[in-house]
Amino acid sequence: MIDQTLILLLAIPLVALVAIIAGGPARNIALMASVGNFGIALVTSIVWTQVAAPEQLGAFELIVLAKPQITLALGLPDAMAVIMMLLTTLVPIAAVLAGKCPEGRERLWFSSVLLISLGALGAFLSTDLFFFYAFHELALIPTFLMIGMLGKGDRKAAAWKITIYLAFGSIVLLAGLLWLVAATESPSLLFKDILAGQVDSGDQIGIAALLLVGFGVLVSLFPFHSWAAPAYASAPTPVAMLHAGVLKKFGLYGLLRLFPLVPEGMQHWLVALVVLLLGNILWVGMVTINQKRLDSMLANSSVMHMGYVFLAIAALIAAGSTDANNIALPAAVVLMFGHGVSIALLFALSDRIESKTGSLRMEELGGLAKSAPGLAFLFGLAGMASIGLPGLANFAGEAAVFLSGFKNWDAGQPLGAVQIATIIAIFGVVISAIYMLRAVRNIFHAAPVKLTESAEDLNMSEKIPALILAAALLVVGLYPNILFNLFNPTAEAVEPEVSLVEAP
Amino acid sequence: MHAWLLLLLPLLSAAAIHLGLKKNAHLSALISTGSALATLILTILLLGNDIKEPLQFAWASFGGEPLINIGLVVDKMAINMMLVVTGVGTLVHVFSLAYMASDEAKARYFCGLSLFMFSMTGIVLADNFLMMFIFWELVGLSSYLLIGHWFTKASAADAAKKAFCVNRIGDWGFMVGILMLWAITGTLTFGEMNLPEGLTAGILGATLLCIFCGAVGKSAQAPLHVWLPDAMEGPTPVSALIHAATMVAAGVYMMARVFVSVGFEAFPQWSTDTIAWVGGITSLMAALMATQQNDIKKILAYSTLSQLGYMVLMLGVAHGHSTEISMFHLYTHAWFKALLFLGSGAIIYACHHEQNIWKMGGLFKKMPITAITFAVGTLALAGFPMTSGFFSKEQILHETLHSNIYLFVLVAVVAAMTTFYMGRLFIVVFLGENRSKHSKDAAEVKPIMLLPLVLLAVMAVFSGYKFVAEPLAPQFHHVPFEAKTPFFTSIGAILLGAAGAFVFYFNKKSDPLSNNPVSKAFANRLYIDKGYDQLVKYGINVKAAVIDFLDGFIINGLIVGGLARCSAALGQLFNRAQSGSLQTYSLLMGVGVLLVIYLTVFVK
Repeated sequence: MIDQTLILLLAIPLVALVAIIAGGPARNIALMASVGNFGIALVTSIVWTQVAAPEQLGAFELIVLAKPQITLALGLPDAMAVIMMLLTTLVPIAAVLAGKCPEGRERLWFSSVLLISLGALGAFLSTDLFFFYAFHELALIPTFLMIGMLGKGDRKAAAWKITIYLAFGSIVLLAGLLWLVAATESPSLLFKDILAGQVDSGDQIGIAALLLVGFGVLVSLFPFHSWAAPAYASAPTPVAMLHAGVLKKFGLYGLLRLFPLVPEGMQHWLVALVVLLLGNILWVGMVTINQKRLDSMLANSSVMHMGYVFLAIAALIAAGSTDANNIALPAAVVLMFGHGVSIALLFALSDRIESKTGSLRMEELGGLAKSAPGLAFLFGLAGMASIGLPGLANFAGEAAVFLSGFKNWDAGQPLGAVQIATIIAIFGVVISAIYMLRAVRNIFHAAPVKLTESAEDLNMSEKIPALILAAALLVVGLYPNILFNLFNPTAEAVEPEVSLVEAP
Repeated sequence: MHAWLLLLLPLLSAAAIHLGLKKNAHLSALISTGSALATLILTILLLGNDIKEPLQFAWASFGGEPLINIGLVVDKMAINMMLVVTGVGTLVHVFSLAYMASDEAKARYFCGLSLFMFSMTGIVLADNFLMMFIFWELVGLSSYLLIGHWFTKASAADAAKKAFCVNRIGDWGFMVGILMLWAITGTLTFGEMNLPEGLTAGILGATLLCIFCGAVGKSAQAPLHVWLPDAMEGPTPVSALIHAATMVAAGVYMMARVFVSVGFEAFPQWSTDTIAWVGGITSLMAALMATQQNDIKKILAYSTLSQLGYMVLMLGVAHGHSTEISMFHLYTHAWFKALLFLGSGAIIYACHHEQNIWKMGGLFKKMPITAITFAVGTLALAGFPMTSGFFSKEQILHETLHSNIYLFVLVAVVAAMTTFYMGRLFIVVFLGENRSKHSKDAAEVKPIMLLPLVLLAVMAVFSGYKFVAEPLAPQFHHVPFEAKTPFFTSIGAILLGAAGAFVFYFNKKSDPLSNNPVSKAFANRLYIDKGYDQLVKYGINVKAAVIDFLDGFIINGLIVGGLARCSAALGQLFNRAQSGSLQTYSLLMGVGVLLVIYLTVFVK
């Protein structure tokens, strides 16, 4: 079955990329491509909720190689893919508009933005393991290049570090994926074939370990997190927005897709995973409190918040893959969406603060809310979203993650590993309030200082990208069911769909 | 259906001010005040209703089942609390029209007030625990914004941050408690909660105390009380509304909700006793600290802590009608404490933002109406017969006498202290001579500020009487007056405290008691705040610095860095063979990885 919708989402940035390389007006082309893509994605998501067989909507399959079967296959098998598609088309619009491209580097700058979005989108839309992995690798290349060539501060070192870490993670992951494919004896690399397979319990422990470490490195799971802070602090703003906001979610997405194949293996590593995710929340949380610069504070906070998504994954693992009603999955996905949008917004605004005051050292700033109230309001909103204030997207995800931690606790029994982890993890709300409000206090409050007293407020063209992301945080925050409902196919839609698919 | 309007009107007002009316400060103020008045009228129309059937819609659901609902419960307790919130709220709005008239960010101020009214209404009407938590966090936000209204002042910005962070410590326990209660009862909805049989006392007690952590934060009980005195950095009408009458009482309301829903009988006695003693200790500690404060707002803030301690103590007594009595004291306290705070606002306004009571003096002659209303508030707070405070304090004494004699003694001692420090405040501020130029120049405030004072003074006297309390606070169980032990204790405490205040403070120019170590300890808040500052400074900061160092050194440098060095060595080997630039390496890596996948799969 061939449908143009999803392939179009990849074709548009590709054509735009060619046009930019051919010498077209880079910023405008990139902007048009990303706006167009978001429009298509939005319409597709709405249609997806209405049709009888949503997993076939826009599905595209082109067999690239017969044996072993590798297919360029795109599809929206579930709500997780739809939400990631929305996130991956939303953030690039703001990424194109935010940040200041150095003179004469427009082609590199904007083609990288397009290529990273293209890679990320390809990975989330792929329903074939080969392209799932390959698209992510494709997106990493411009990420490394942009940090190394146009980053700030010690960019070479930061670029080397992220390259080596992520290459290490990718190779471990590759080993895990290959072992997994071999163990399932799947006829093709399509997810549906692989997921239909069985893995011997003997192989499960090893595969689970490789997947956890491989995906974990890519998501900055403690203690493999130390690439993230220097890379984001150094990266050009759109790259930090796209990697922290979107591309990094690849690892979480992969774990959520594949862990049901190795439930026993994951169970085996559950306690280890719990310890590591608490490392993200407590250890990295403490590191975040100690940051003196806003960009490294934000970078570390982004690492910290990954711990909450891992907590949802731990809750899923503990519940076993058979528990179809587990709220941990939508909780994790909604939190990924909220985190992606809020961290992208924070990086975009941090860039504005630096360009208006010339500094991101918090002790040198103060009173910026007086001269730039619009900037202060948006930063406050994004900061409050990231520390889980209700009414903004992240809270819905976080609250559902906490609920999922206690979902399967029988009050007559002692607390399990996941419940203990949840209790400790909730202390993270104190830690994140401390570092975020400290940043707001030091940058925006108190009497204005020399650097801030004459700073200008955001102008309209600077406000637009921020407002787009802020609107997304508000919409999902005020009515989270707009995302949660995607996980509840309505009864009318489910019933006919089953009969349609099964009648040949 | 118009219960929803209670929630929506203030939200619309806040949104309208923020999105469009910011430039027109005067209109913003009127819209905000109008929405508060409208909610008050709606609440009065709801009096006597008892809608048990909640009105709700799914806010977050999964698998066809609602996970988090937004729904309203409009029962007697909720309507009573709404009356306090909208009644005090409206008067504070009116008072603010004059008090904040020349503030340069007046629109932002009224936007904050409306946001607060919205959030507080959400807590009161929430039909389930998660919705309550949502609005719980939102009142925290409004409180943060309003304490930090004058954010260019470093002390205000610090106080706002401190209030939010300290509250979050309480919220940590609160969230855990909500999760445990959810796991135990299988529901988040208050009306559907039933405790199953066969649970251990340990689990039940732990659940109750975790939930109580939320109240410890929001209602500023020891050891998390430190944020409330600092919160006085906010504009005085905000202190009256949020940090005296309503938000700080939300913890008490929340606990009352829990007890009304599942009863207190099921919880082990050690857990309710803990609650009672936390309240009792807070009450005594705050009263002691209040005796040596010199800032008029700080005295009232400690007095609020002390009275909140009474309410929490009463919750923990868990005997007979204790929950209702606690709510009854919340209701009477709201009126007279809002009166005292607005009165102090009028004084501060008249004295050109002087807050030190020793620089006032002789204000009775300068501002007679303010002084008389303030005297009414003082009498009510002291529990003087015929005022509302008398009725609620009488019941607290009565109930503790029959359940826990130690708590009875504690309540009586605090009652005497209360009269003492309020007597000191009143004598120093209103009697004697003017002790500064500001107090010499003071004059009675505008009628628009006097109106709320007079109305609150009326409530401070009459809200406790049966004919007012029964329609307004129907859950209140009226105990017929008896001249027995509680009554004599109460009178004794008042006489003792008042006599002490008169002997020590009448016609004095400075505090005669301030020069001994005990008083200094009280004045310095028993050094608790200083201790916390040191703890945060050396504890959290050092811990964070050590972890940051270890993070850079061990994890980064040794463990993973070692790995990286191996890879780097490999990379250099690779580089030497190739062009050596980063770009090529990355590109080759990408292509190489794809190639490896392809070959591996293909060859197999």
